[in-house]
Amino acid sequence: MSGAADRPADLKESPSQTAGPYVHIGCLPNHAGLGGPWAEDLGARPFADDAPGTRVVVTGCLLDGTGTPLRDAMVEIWQADAAGRYAGGGAAGFARRASDAETGLWRLETIKPGAVPGPDGRIQAPHLTLWIVARGINLGLHTRMYFPDETAANAADPVLGRIEQTARARTLVAEARGDGVYHFDIHLQGEKETVFFDV
Amino acid sequence: MSDAPFVARDRAWHPPALSPAYRTSVSRSPRHAPISFPQTLSETTGPVFGHDLPGPRDNDLIHNFAAPGAAAIGPRIIVHGRVTEETGRPVPGALLEVWQANAGGRYRHRKEGYIAPLDPNFGGCGRVITDADGAYHLRTVQPGAYPWPNGGNDWRPAHIHFSVFGSGFGQRLITQMYFEGDPLIWRCPILQAIPSEAAVKTLIATLDMRASVPMDCLAYRFDIVLRGRRQTLFENRMEGG
Ligand SMILES: [Fe+2]
Repeated sequence: MSGAADRPADLKESPSQTAGPYVHIGCLPNHAGLGGPWAEDLGARPFADDAPGTRVVVTGCLLDGTGTPLRDAMVEIWQADAAGRYAGGGAAGFARRASDAETGLWRLETIKPGAVPGPDGRIQAPHLTLWIVARGINLGLHTRMYFPDETAANAADPVLGRIEQTARARTLVAEARGDGVYHFDIHLQGEKETVFFDV
Repeated sequence: MSDAPFVARDRAWHPPALSPAYRTSVSRSPRHAPISFPQTLSETTGPVFGHDLPGPRDNDLIHNFAAPGAAAIGPRIIVHGRVTEETGRPVPGALLEVWQANAGGRYRHRKEGYIAPLDPNFGGCGRVITDADGAYHLRTVQPGAYPWPNGGNDWRPAHIHFSVFGSGFGQRLITQMYFEGDPLIWRCPILQAIPSEAAVKTLIATLDMRASVPMDCLAYRFDIVLRGRRQTLFENRMEGG
């Protein structure tokens, strides 16, 4: 116990614990039907209605190792604006969604992000960053969603380029469903297991 | 605000994705190793929530869902502490969201079927933003232990769930706070998924009589540590020289 005051703190990150089955109570209380004091849940709208950019809809499902949809998960999205800029000091570009209690689907109306500066002057292809928590997940899972109509940008993306098995890189590209709708299933396990990142 | 990358996460300190005694983790754990890459703005930045976000009663779970003049039932407690980075630097402006069962161990949730009754004056969630020193405080009732379907007779120790936003999305963390002296801590498969006893102990809040209010409520201290940002000493010297 000696010397603690003499040197800079060398603490360990608080260990993660599962968000459990009732994460919606704490993070999406209106969705959870609690009523309560808040007009809307945090992350209900990622951008103001008049934010410039192309409107897109992203839908998705989280599937466990047996192919069963998770119906108690929470997905958080963090993304740049249409010009590829992250909010400096605000929450624009942040969204939160719950897996539907019956179908497991989540749905986000947002704007398509622009390309974002990457390391060493390289450019990152337009993408959403996702963070997933649920019962049975001990440490939140980081992943990314890329757009299928950005073939050239995706091919040059430095993060997709880190994935040695190119078949696995495809797990990060959404499926175009037309009219600006993209569908992105996340497989926690199995042959189609999505790539998760140690960021 | 710094956009410096975060220090690499010590994943061996956290519970592994596959922790078979916690049965739901078996089908929900990725089997491939996660892939690392040099952090970018997508990881080093994150949403910032202003001090005007929480309403005046958001950090008071005894009253924030109660009828006028009423209060939640259960042992009244203050929970307080600081949020720092691994370097010890305080994290001001961190949003903490909490949720918990009521004093009988029952959550207000449509899928919750435990026989303990709901408390009409208790919602079970709240939020608070840390001050300039990274400090926060909440008032609530001590949650009850509750049984859950895992093994034949598993009970969760009393706990409060914490969701924490630091200054970057790469710091995002959800964890649980436990109470000093609870014998269920050492029997819980979720908590015992954490590899080291030293790590488990950092999630156990300690009784803090100094922060208690005589004839009103006891207090527990719970400090939270987020990943630190790397220092860019070399670049600083370049600029300075
Ligand atoms: Fe819980």
